[in-house]
Amino acid sequence: MSGSLRTQVGQLAHRSVLRTLRQPAQIVPALIFPLFLLAVNSGGLKEATNLPGFPTDSYLTFALAVPFMQGALFSVMNAGTDLARDIETGFLNRLALTPLRGAALLSGLLAGAVVLGLLQAVTYLVVGLTAGAELAAGVPGALMIVALSVTITVAFGTIGLFAALRTGSGEAVQSLFPVFFVFLFLSSMALPLDLLQTTWFHDVASANPVSYLLQAFRSLLIEGWNVGDLALGFGIAAAILALGMYAASAALKTRLVRT
Amino acid sequence: MEAETADRTGIEVDGLVREFKNGPRAVDGIDLRVAPGEIYGFLGPNGAGKSTTVLMLTTLLPPTEGTARVAGFDIVSEGPRVRSAIGAALQEAALDPLLTGREHMRLQTALHGIGKPERERRGTELLERVGLSRAADRAVGGYSGGMKRRLDLALALAHRPRILFLDEPTTGLDIQSRTALWEEVARLASDDGVTVFLTTQYLEEADALADRVGIIDHGRIVAEGTPAALKAEIGRPTVEAVPRDPAEHERMLAVLARFGEPAGASPKGAAVRLAGGESELAEVVRALDAEGIAIEHLQLHAPSLDDVFLTKTGRSLEGAEEAEEETEDAAAKTVSPA
Repeated sequence: MSGSLRTQVGQLAHRSVLRTLRQPAQIVPALIFPLFLLAVNSGGLKEATNLPGFPTDSYLTFALAVPFMQGALFSVMNAGTDLARDIETGFLNRLALTPLRGAALLSGLLAGAVVLGLLQAVTYLVVGLTAGAELAAGVPGALMIVALSVTITVAFGTIGLFAALRTGSGEAVQSLFPVFFVFLFLSSMALPLDLLQTTWFHDVASANPVSYLLQAFRSLLIEGWNVGDLALGFGIAAAILALGMYAASAALKTRLVRT
Repeated sequence: MEAETADRTGIEVDGLVREFKNGPRAVDGIDLRVAPGEIYGFLGPNGAGKSTTVLMLTTLLPPTEGTARVAGFDIVSEGPRVRSAIGAALQEAALDPLLTGREHMRLQTALHGIGKPERERRGTELLERVGLSRAADRAVGGYSGGMKRRLDLALALAHRPRILFLDEPTTGLDIQSRTALWEEVARLASDDGVTVFLTTQYLEEADALADRVGIIDHGRIVAEGTPAALKAEIGRPTVEAVPRDPAEHERMLAVLARFGEPAGASPKGAAVRLAGGESELAEVVRALDAEGIAIEHLQLHAPSLDDVFLTKTGRSLEGAEEAEEETEDAAAKTVSPA
């Protein structure tokens, strides 16, 4: 990375982090809402552990994977809304008048998502373990969970950036949130894939990448080290990240028509 | 050699056109020249094509036709070189409400590749210059409109540009903030030799600040010259009188009409453009007196840029603003659901 590109990424990352930290309205819901749902689900669905083949006798441990995904969904909205606001206010034009490179803009903007992802992962993990969840992979597993959570958060953030650049509207970006929530519900969020009895739901959940992201977290929480599940989880996150960055870069070229 | 040429050159525009899909030609073949160190005022009502021109000249919008060179560089093929030579404060003060003034300066100077030790010094110097030293560490969200505009100007100057584009820099500002900004812009041109391309819809702003003025309407330049020359071209002052008895209005208008063609006046008054110039004022007073018309108020108006606009387009600049707003309202009603 050249010096100027490094400076640009660093400065925009600094701005993105400052913006995130100065907006409690971005941080608090992303921390509280998933934990609230965790409390409700782990209390209401704990009988599911009696199903033959359920992988653990602690539904809390099984359900602890879900907040990491819900938290990542907030990064779609936060990263996208911030960029959309820059477009709406003309701040992007200000940046466009500098020798700023597109790659620096996108990377810098995702720095806020990294910080939020770290905060979320550590909070969910600490609260979950304190409430009695198990962590079969131990301390290294905890670090792996944080790494996976941040990767997914950044990957989902690129989708928010793409939506912002395509639409230029914060409202349009926010409208993605319920759509992504549907993806989450149509996954193995509440039960393992092999225990889903309804055929169409099983098929949809099996085709839904979110199920495999959840499984990567669960493997660390319930089983210990399952290289196959982890590789699939990180692979899917990396693929979403690559596709999201590609789409966002293309949208940025269209949005920034500077000569 | 190229840099030398660029230093000597201001702005050269030939046949610039911008046509939007399914829309009118926002800019319809304009030609203009701005000399280095000159303040060029681009005057026109909302929707006349001022901002579209600025977006093209600052490389943020490719032209449909025509060519333009800014600081000696072609706006289409040499965009990055144009951007390195210019500073711009666009129509809305594009600031991040969550960052402080100083953080804005740090970001702007860093993105322009200014070295770390120089960044702080330059940022502090510019914040002081625009009178924001005390507010430098406050979030911009709490700034007044005038403070935001001043910060916007400081940011545009971060990398010492040779040419400065200001798109309606004082819109919405109070008189005090407006005057302070005018003084700073005038100083930039006179002391630092910065070429300023300023768009405005305020006649007094163009009059007070610009060395030369281009008047744009419906995407075309309808008049160009120094404010004094443009007004001299119109030449004739206007006399406006208000009768003491409103019933005398028509009779007073008939008397005034002997001295020139009717001009815009206040609702209670009547006005004419004096064909013989201001020396006819005494004649006007005598004629009204001879007809026994008592005068409540009499005023001589020197020709203004609005008169120039009126002469060139057939309507006053303020009238043009209202017409634009009415058109926009009508368009909004057309697309609004019933």
